[in-house]
Amino acid sequence: MKKVKTLALTAFAIIVSGGMMLVGCNGGTGNGSKADSTANSTSDNDNTILGAGSTFDNPLFSKMFSEYNKTNGLKVNYQSIGSGGGIQQLTSKTVDFGASDAPLNGKQDSALSGPVVHVPVTAGAVVISYNLPELKDTLNFTPDVLAKMFLGEIKKWNDPKIAAINKGVKLPATDILIAHRSDGSGTTNIFTTYLSKVSPEWDSKVGKGSSVNWPVGLGGKGNEGVAGSIKQTPGGVGYIELAYAMQNNMAFGKLQNKAGNFITPSIASVTSAANITIPADAKVSLTNTDAPDGYPISGLSWVLVYKEQKYSDRSADKATKMLKLIQWMIHDGQQYSGALNYAPLSPAAVTVGDAILKTVTYDGKPILQ
Amino acid sequence: METTANNDLITRSENILERVITSTKIRDAVKGIKRIRRSHRQIRAENVFRRTLTIVGLVTVLLVMGIMLTLIVQSTLSIKTTGISYLWGKTWDPVRDIFGAYPFLLGTLLTSFLALFISIPFSFAVAIFLGEYYPKGWLPNLLKNTVELIAAVPSVIYGFWGLAVLVPIVRSFESSIGVDPVGLGIFTSSLILAIMVIPYAASLGQSMIKMVPANLKEAAYSLGATRWEVIRSVIIPYTKSGLFAGILLSLGRALGETMAVTMVIGNTSLIPKSIFAPGNTMASVIANEFTEADHPVYLSALIELGLVLFLVTVVINMIGKRLTKQFTN
Repeated sequence: MKKVKTLALTAFAIIVSGGMMLVGCNGGTGNGSKADSTANSTSDNDNTILGAGSTFDNPLFSKMFSEYNKTNGLKVNYQSIGSGGGIQQLTSKTVDFGASDAPLNGKQDSALSGPVVHVPVTAGAVVISYNLPELKDTLNFTPDVLAKMFLGEIKKWNDPKIAAINKGVKLPATDILIAHRSDGSGTTNIFTTYLSKVSPEWDSKVGKGSSVNWPVGLGGKGNEGVAGSIKQTPGGVGYIELAYAMQNNMAFGKLQNKAGNFITPSIASVTSAANITIPADAKVSLTNTDAPDGYPISGLSWVLVYKEQKYSDRSADKATKMLKLIQWMIHDGQQYSGALNYAPLSPAAVTVGDAILKTVTYDGKPILQ
Repeated sequence: METTANNDLITRSENILERVITSTKIRDAVKGIKRIRRSHRQIRAENVFRRTLTIVGLVTVLLVMGIMLTLIVQSTLSIKTTGISYLWGKTWDPVRDIFGAYPFLLGTLLTSFLALFISIPFSFAVAIFLGEYYPKGWLPNLLKNTVELIAAVPSVIYGFWGLAVLVPIVRSFESSIGVDPVGLGIFTSSLILAIMVIPYAASLGQSMIKMVPANLKEAAYSLGATRWEVIRSVIIPYTKSGLFAGILLSLGRALGETMAVTMVIGNTSLIPKSIFAPGNTMASVIANEFTEADHPVYLSALIELGLVLFLVTVVINMIGKRLTKQFTN
């Protein structure tokens, strides 16, 4: 009897202490020093910013945040769970900022408790990569041909429509095999947004979104999945993030932009794509850009924060630190873009970003002067 | 003198007797009390143990019910908008909010059952080899451990291996039989799944075969039966239900497998035209699209897909249990 009681008591004690330890750990997440957590809990908490969202931004963000931490001692904990997930976490206010490759849609906007501002932080592009081993030249694509290929209307590489824009190139009679992303992604969103803009047929049959109902082709998980499908299949063609294609030396084609020029995707041509008149809210799609030397399948990536920073129990100090971080990201932080194959923001985008940051308030008062 | 001495003797012996009697009485009494105490303690301990078991069991049941309830609650939105036609709708279009699970339902069932058919000969062969022919020795031990290792390898590794090795082989096989040489598709995923589910049926079957009473087998041998005849008419009939349970276990694993399948199935929402065509399974669609499901109906439709997968597993298990019962009778 006694033994049982003691056993039960011990078990209870273990469970309780275990639970307390867990609670303790939770409280300490992200705080480097736990010893003085009682004394310094508020300032410690204020020194850690939580973010979540886009996987595309993650390599650049990691670099930026570690550099910023060296000079300013601010810790940023960024979870790259995908743009949709980041927006959901921002909606439930479990993070301080979100990051997304697509501006908020109407449904996401209405789920939010207050207005959110979009600050452009970087730009990326989607390239058309293909596998034609015997081909030496770089292929040209026009929007019309691209849409018809992805709709399954152009089935062979030696189709007259492809031959007409690639004069002098000996095209093989191989079947075209389309590879697309199977997971919902910002890359798919940019690519389908572009196709919807340039092809009314695509817009009515498929539309735009982070996952769509593909009329043809195979789905691969992530950039590496699509790249794998392309590499393995002669005649394979698909869309891949520019950074991934550059790092892995994949062949990609030139694409005709709105001005009629065939543009090779590169960091410079993506930055040029963003050098257009950007609206005051920065919610602009760069796809099919008006810039004559801009690559047409480019897109901005945004950091999302609430316009009114006084919510939950946030301190003014924390809000200021976060805004200063974002301000640094769009100015000094841009120097890390090139090495990681991201396109630096265009001057137009930086100006708009600055203006937007000044509209963010704490208790009605602007935070940055 | 004599009498007194006798009396003395008697009283002494009586004394001794008494002492003996009393001491045994006391001992018995003490023992009795101890026994009672111990049995009380034992009963208490038994009760505590039983209660713990009941609670843990109930928690497990509650958890499963809870998961089911969550799935139902979260998918109400999708059930309301799409209705029952969700099950046979042929289009999955997140842009237009048209959700039909039929291509994925078909993909899940096709890959799982095809995998089962491919794996059964292997798992039964392993089971019979290890259970009947060579239950001991280093080679059977090696085989046993290797088969068990199959179950321990993470599924993403199978996916990787499938993509790098199996897909090119399947592609050349496909071009030699004259179908579209895609390589990725239902057939490749079934092959991968078949390898992954072998250990489940094999290890259960092997332990069932070892449990066949020796006298039954000896009786058959004494009647002049060959080894094959013993296996066919004694061992297999005796272990039928166990072998079938192993198959069910394998099927359960195949239905829910996500990572390895999604890497080699081709992930298209089109209805597969043949077993060599690309397709998709319910588990793989959920894994692929859940993170970026950016509007409520879409998210709810994905959760409903989870509910359908859950129900399919339950129904198949129930049918399996019924069949197992019929086999044993």
